[in-house]
Amino acid sequence: MQAAVIVFPGSNCDRDVAVCLEAATGTAPLMAWHGDAALPDCDLIVLPGGFSYGDYLRCGSMAANSPIMREVVAQAHKGAAVLGICNGFQILTECGLLPGVLMQNTGLNFVCRDTRLKVSNAQNAFTHLYQQDEEIIIPVAHNEGNYFADEATLAGLQEHQQIAFTYGAGDNPNGACLDIAGITDRSGKILGMMPHPERRAEAALGGEDGKRLFTGIVESLA
Amino acid sequence: MKAIINITLKSGVLDPQGKAIENALGQLGFTGVNGVRQGKLIEIDLSETDAAKAEASLTDMCEQLLANTVIENYDIQLDKSE
Amino acid sequence: MSTRLNNLVDVTDDIAREHGLTDDEYKMIVDHLGRTPNMTELGVFSVMWSEHCSYKSSRKWLKKLPTEGPQVIQGPGENAGVIDIGDGDTAIFKMESHNHPSFIEPYQGAATGVGGIMRDVFTMGARPVANLNALRFGEPSHPKTRHLVAGVVSGIGGYGNCIGVPTVGGEVNFDASYNGNILVNAMCVGTARADKIFYAAATGVGSPVVYVGAKTGRDGIHGATMASAEFDDASQEKRPTVQVGDPFTEKLLLEACQELMASDAIIGIQDMGAAGLTSSSVEMADKGGVGIFIDLDKVPCRETAMSGYEMLLSESQERMLMVLKPGREAEAEKIFHRWGLDFAVIGELTDSHRMVVHHQGEEIADMPLGPLADGAPEYDRPHVATPKRPAFDSNQAAHPAIVDSLKSLMGNSEIASRRWIWEQYDSMVMGDTLVGPGGDAALVRVHGTQKALAMSTDVTPRYCFADPIEGGKQAVAEAYRNISATGATPLAITNCLNFGNPERPEIMGQFVGCLDGMGQACLALDFPVVSGNVSLYNETNGTGILPTPAIGGVGVIADYNKAIGNGFSEAGAHVFVIGGSHGALGCSLYQRHILQDDTIVAPPAVDLQAERAHGEFVRAAIAAGSVSAAHDVSDGGLLVALSEMTMRHGIGLTSPQQGDAAYWFGEDQGRYIVQVSAAQVDGFTAAAQAAGVDVNEIGKTGGDELTIDATLTISIAELTRINQDWFPDLMSGKTA
Repeated sequence: MQAAVIVFPGSNCDRDVAVCLEAATGTAPLMAWHGDAALPDCDLIVLPGGFSYGDYLRCGSMAANSPIMREVVAQAHKGAAVLGICNGFQILTECGLLPGVLMQNTGLNFVCRDTRLKVSNAQNAFTHLYQQDEEIIIPVAHNEGNYFADEATLAGLQEHQQIAFTYGAGDNPNGACLDIAGITDRSGKILGMMPHPERRAEAALGGEDGKRLFTGIVESLA
Repeated sequence: MKAIINITLKSGVLDPQGKAIENALGQLGFTGVNGVRQGKLIEIDLSETDAAKAEASLTDMCEQLLANTVIENYDIQLDKSE
Repeated sequence: MSTRLNNLVDVTDDIAREHGLTDDEYKMIVDHLGRTPNMTELGVFSVMWSEHCSYKSSRKWLKKLPTEGPQVIQGPGENAGVIDIGDGDTAIFKMESHNHPSFIEPYQGAATGVGGIMRDVFTMGARPVANLNALRFGEPSHPKTRHLVAGVVSGIGGYGNCIGVPTVGGEVNFDASYNGNILVNAMCVGTARADKIFYAAATGVGSPVVYVGAKTGRDGIHGATMASAEFDDASQEKRPTVQVGDPFTEKLLLEACQELMASDAIIGIQDMGAAGLTSSSVEMADKGGVGIFIDLDKVPCRETAMSGYEMLLSESQERMLMVLKPGREAEAEKIFHRWGLDFAVIGELTDSHRMVVHHQGEEIADMPLGPLADGAPEYDRPHVATPKRPAFDSNQAAHPAIVDSLKSLMGNSEIASRRWIWEQYDSMVMGDTLVGPGGDAALVRVHGTQKALAMSTDVTPRYCFADPIEGGKQAVAEAYRNISATGATPLAITNCLNFGNPERPEIMGQFVGCLDGMGQACLALDFPVVSGNVSLYNETNGTGILPTPAIGGVGVIADYNKAIGNGFSEAGAHVFVIGGSHGALGCSLYQRHILQDDTIVAPPAVDLQAERAHGEFVRAAIAAGSVSAAHDVSDGGLLVALSEMTMRHGIGLTSPQQGDAAYWFGEDQGRYIVQVSAAQVDGFTAAAQAAGVDVNEIGKTGGDELTIDATLTISIAELTRINQDWFPDLMSGKTA
């Protein structure tokens, strides 16, 4: 299976996630530059965390309009799996692959800390190695992670089991609606999440709770 | 032609920055502030001279990039004096 | 059609004084030139000869610091210091102040401080891997404090988080002496291969001088002279001179520089920091022993009608100057354009040993480089040693119950948890942070290796004020201890020396004393200084800050799996205190905050031989696997340190130890608390005896309380609540 990490100007978790992908797949992922109009065919496309285009205007808005995102959207429609972490999640909502929007944290401050997450749907392509409702610890690091969508959209997410991760009770770091930490599209092959699984995929970094997300998607696509 | 675009959060969308400004004003002793909403102001200088075409183009800009219409409203003001 | 912009006014003695030059200094400049300088030249000389750039008051004393050792690859004098960390890897680091700008505009001041120090590190070829900081604010109750804390923290986070370098540690103090003059000291640590280090020196007559990065605007003109002048109420009007940072551009600049550095196209490279284009071009050319020609018409500008004076003195951020090998311009330009950055050849090296500047087709400055770079007078300013203070006599004091004092200290401004701050910093990006904020020292893995860097920032200003020599020693010793407590070997330090007005003999005496103490400690601990920065004139309306020589220490551990944490991690383990406890309450937090006694008395003495012996013993015990957690004893003494160890993982302690307030809260130096598993106790005590190190068992781990027999029992939950609540309460306005 072939994975690609899209590098926007201002991406800063591209190397971190590449390390995890290489550990899970055994081969280094392609690193694709934002300005490239073409994206080689791949099975998994990762939009990494960071501050693409400085997060100016709105987080993810400029990246969502960059040339390579047209390719990403096209490959997603053809069935490629897409993972957006943090800024990558913001880009996925800005380009319309996922519904809703990530607003500024209600605390008005950047927040970087471990959060308790509940795996709300352990059936999709990414989460199937977790137990349903399993509690895991994954860190967040963002200023705009407050997931917002209108009532109808939220009801739709619930109805179609699109909510992949929620923050544990009392541990919502940003004020997100329904404690949402990560959602998928209806197929379950496009996942956007604010927490950083790549930061907790090694015992030396505090734990391995994030690792199964990478091994899980690799198994699904094998 | 110059245009000013005001981007504001839709009513009903929580505006934590506006709320913080409102609280700060209260702490400074400004009474009678019933609510604060904050937004963005973008100034654009266009070479287009036709107001209708300019407005259409600005609307596209807002829809595609400048505003996220899931949570934001935009308002376009054209300065036709130049 | 362009209007003439340069040298429209003739320089007079008054104008020279307005540029911060003394009459004698101005006369020296006239002598060097053999004529009256024009306005452009005066501007250039004034910034190069400012305290900030020339170190004219401090140079004499800085020269006395130990800067050498087998681990040192590059000592002070370059953009940053470089040390050998084995296997062909190096650590490159420096700390720098951004005090004045941060007081005027806390967000941008702190942000650009972080941006500047990172450029100093990556200009040498390093990839920055960790940021730390040392912050000092006024009293918590002062009306400006909350605003300044919020702005500075947000600015540090805003810059570091965006560029994607983890902020892994730091320290914060509050004291009334900083009410009108906060300190924002930022430290950056990077890593590079030893054969890929880049220096500033420019060589090769005819080589192109290249400008890269962001465009030049009228930002921060005279920032360097501002950093060398005292504050008065009028300087609150100086806001427009503060630069605005753009971390996004810096991220692009970092990546573009790294890409170009992978080739061999660069001869010399220098960040445009304080005094911008002026100091970078002067330093590069002077170090290389050449001359430099600059054509300002080629400089990318953001604003129109900028004069040469403004372009040369602008402190616009995110810019670099480099000298390339002739013929490599196109290759370099391609890289910078790919990253969306400006790239312009703005001049070339000459053999004249002069700096010649053209603008609008005419020559607007022609100055000899030697006097610009090194010609500023070196001042041996009068200094009066701080008088030795009497020892503290705590027998007369009315001591509260130990448990009440402990609770009060745990919720005190100096000890309360800094979580509110550090959660705003991305401490984990880059995926190598093994221990972030909250450890004794931060630990960051050297990417792709088994090694980790240990880093800590330390100084205790109240000790330095009471006794600069002991305080200077203590700052270095505490950094040494914090690094040793993780198991890492301390290698070298950077410093940021924040003092008041050096023209006052008692302030100069503090400076001289602190450097004396630091120098002694660096020698005794094999912990040389490899880089640093001096910030003087930290005064408001004639009142100086506490002397604050912040130390940034760096060490290395060969196998990060051998590193240990600073909290109790298992029940049933034995807890020992390393080093003697003699009840040193002088200048302790207990004296200041519990007894509320501000009498200036002698601070704890630092026995450097003991520091070294204890550090070596702790590191050996960690390497041998007999010590499984260690924490240094500092502010608040033993009982505070023990409390901190219980809170880390929620594992308690029971101690039969009897002691009075002086025992529990004394701040005797050279001490560590260590956790030793039952099976390791015999080996540990035998090793201590063999090493001649004083160790005393103080209790056993377990439970969820801290219990000192017949003295106190307190739950970890309560300690934690008290310790965690103070900062959020302060910032939400609940307390002050």
